[in-house]
Amino acid sequence: MTALTAAAPTLEVRNLQTHFFTRAGVVKAVDDVSFSVGRGKVLGLVGESGSGKTVTGFSILGLVDEPGRIVGGSILFHGQDLAKQSEEQMRQLRGNRIAMIFQDPMMTLNPVLRIDTQMIETVQAHTKVSKEEARQRARDTLGMVGIPSPDERLKSYPHQFSGGMRQRVAIAIALLHRPELIVADEPTTALDVTIQAQILAEVQKLCAETGTAMIWITHDLSVVAGLADDIAVMYAGKVVEKGEVAPVLDMPLHPYTAGLIGSVPSRNKRGEPLKQIPGMTPNVMRLPPGCAFRTRCAYATEVCKQEVPFGEVAPGREVRCFHPLFPAKQGEAA
Amino acid sequence: MSLYLLRRLLQAALVMLAMSVIVFVGVYAIGDPVEILISPDADQMERERAIKALGLDLPLWMQYLSFLGNALRGDLGRSFVFNEPALQLILQRMPATLELAFGATIMALIIGIPLGLYAGLKPKSFGAKCIMTGSILGFSLPTFWVGLMLIMVFAVQLGWLPSTGRGETVDVMGMRWSFLTWDGLRHLAMPALNLALFKISLVIRLTRAGVRETMLMDFVKFARAKGLTNRRVISVHVFKNIMIPVVTVVGLELGSTIAFSVVTESVFAWPGMGKLIIDSINVLDRPVIVAYLMIIVLMFITINLLVDLSYSALDPRVRLENK
Ligand SMILES: Nc1ncnc2c1ncn2[C@@H]1O[C@H](COP(=O)(O)OP(=O)(O)OP(=O)(O)O)[C@@H](O)[C@H]1O
Ligand code: SF4
Ligand SMILES: [Mg+2]
Repeated sequence: MTALTAAAPTLEVRNLQTHFFTRAGVVKAVDDVSFSVGRGKVLGLVGESGSGKTVTGFSILGLVDEPGRIVGGSILFHGQDLAKQSEEQMRQLRGNRIAMIFQDPMMTLNPVLRIDTQMIETVQAHTKVSKEEARQRARDTLGMVGIPSPDERLKSYPHQFSGGMRQRVAIAIALLHRPELIVADEPTTALDVTIQAQILAEVQKLCAETGTAMIWITHDLSVVAGLADDIAVMYAGKVVEKGEVAPVLDMPLHPYTAGLIGSVPSRNKRGEPLKQIPGMTPNVMRLPPGCAFRTRCAYATEVCKQEVPFGEVAPGREVRCFHPLFPAKQGEAA
Repeated sequence: MSLYLLRRLLQAALVMLAMSVIVFVGVYAIGDPVEILISPDADQMERERAIKALGLDLPLWMQYLSFLGNALRGDLGRSFVFNEPALQLILQRMPATLELAFGATIMALIIGIPLGLYAGLKPKSFGAKCIMTGSILGFSLPTFWVGLMLIMVFAVQLGWLPSTGRGETVDVMGMRWSFLTWDGLRHLAMPALNLALFKISLVIRLTRAGVRETMLMDFVKFARAKGLTNRRVISVHVFKNIMIPVVTVVGLELGSTIAFSVVTESVFAWPGMGKLIIDSINVLDRPVIVAYLMIIVLMFITINLLVDLSYSALDPRVRLENK
């Protein structure tokens, strides 16, 4: 690899568009999403339910099902456009160099297959090793994610594990080939808080050690604050704000991001009522022209009815808004 | 597990007892065999002697009690017509029916599962639509009519397959089997297909529904996210899950296949239990009818039990709870 590509980010998504062509109309689930993640970095991808986070993740892995299709943009993995790969090339990447962890640990493991079967098949899908070697690799990885007596547990079925343990198994499966990129789709949302914290700490450690880049999809801003380096906020299929975590959370520039932060309990002063973003998540099938957040935004003006460009409004700060929320004196300076 | 079995066996015994009453009373209500069995020109003396010999002079409850007592000793009475033990008559014909029913079941699985898989994986294709239309025909065309058509085409017009009888048989453990000889297999082919038609449609629909449902599950997507080939995802992850309902339903259907082989056996003159029961009903040969029905009930109960056991072998979640 040349010095130039080595310095390039592990993954760079540019203007990705993934649409579903349903009978009722075109669902623009992902409609202009751009971000990048470098080696050993964590990108937090946040947004309300239905904003297109999962579809973004599936697009990266080439797992968008009918009637969905990637219709625009590029997904550059070490400079190679995943949107243009053949199905077999994608299969060789999946679970090997790019792995995914799903939201609901109760549903991700096949209920009628033993854990060893489900792990060994993953090893053997990508490397020519004997079953015994594959089993050893499976056992070691289970141990690594904190599953006690992995040798015995390999012979169990998924229903014999608790939710937290199942998610550890799923994480172990994702880690089997030491992937360069992991897409984690709300992997701890279904778990209780202490287990969530444990898993977060362990995953963070593993990624730092192995240099794995990670996209951590979540609703939970406090998770992003503790875990991620960068953050991308999605609204109705579009990234509306992007930047390093600390500046974005300290001084959100997009009204939607500000609304999200305002609705997190710990960030409110005690005694003050929680702020809520007024209105409903829009129907992606019938988005108003111009800014999709317009109907819920307190700062909306006539100009917001036009297509909003996504661009840098301050160093390292990219926003999709005509009226970014600079504090008064900064606003004058800008 | 053994407690579970014990409970099931107890249940089975109760069901058998209840069924024996229903069957006995039901058959009694159908009609009086005396009219059919005894020639109309027999005199009063002969009539009474015959009635006494057949035990038909006793009140119903006494007839039932003596039937029950004998049944517990494995004696289900003697056929009025053949003057042979009813049980033996039926058991002689059982292999023919069993091989017909199993042949049909195997055929249904071999043909139904691949077609159902295809229809489930490519639901919008022309092939899938043909398969689904075909399965509606399989459900709705009457068995006897399809049987006659099969005979018309394959036996009469093309002359490929024989239309009646079991062909050459082989004796194994004192029972005669057709499926062990080429000639026997040729005789078995058409009746088995005829009997299988309904089940093929059933298996197609079950498999298709199972595939479509399972393909949407997270674990299938996760399996693909692991980089497994499509082939492995379908043949292992999807297949193992759809086999649970398919085995359950096809297993439970086995009982009714045996019971409903009556029609097919009549059309193809297949000398099985079904043909025997039709003949026996025609002459009101009560012991044979009762014995046949009792054996069918027993068979249903046994099959149910076996299906439950194999179900727990297929589905690990059930397995745990039984232990
Ligand atoms: N198979 C599909 N057919 C049609 N529309 C779909 C399909 N899959 C997803 N969508 C649509 O795409 C949009 C984005 O869905 P997505 O699952 O990516 O949201 P999300 O941000 O992950 O939400 P959540 O936080 O609830 O997981 C939704 O409006 C959804 O209705
Ligand atoms: S573009 Fe206008 S409507 Fe949209 S977020 Fe900015 S101010 Fe609000
Ligand atoms: Mg999601």
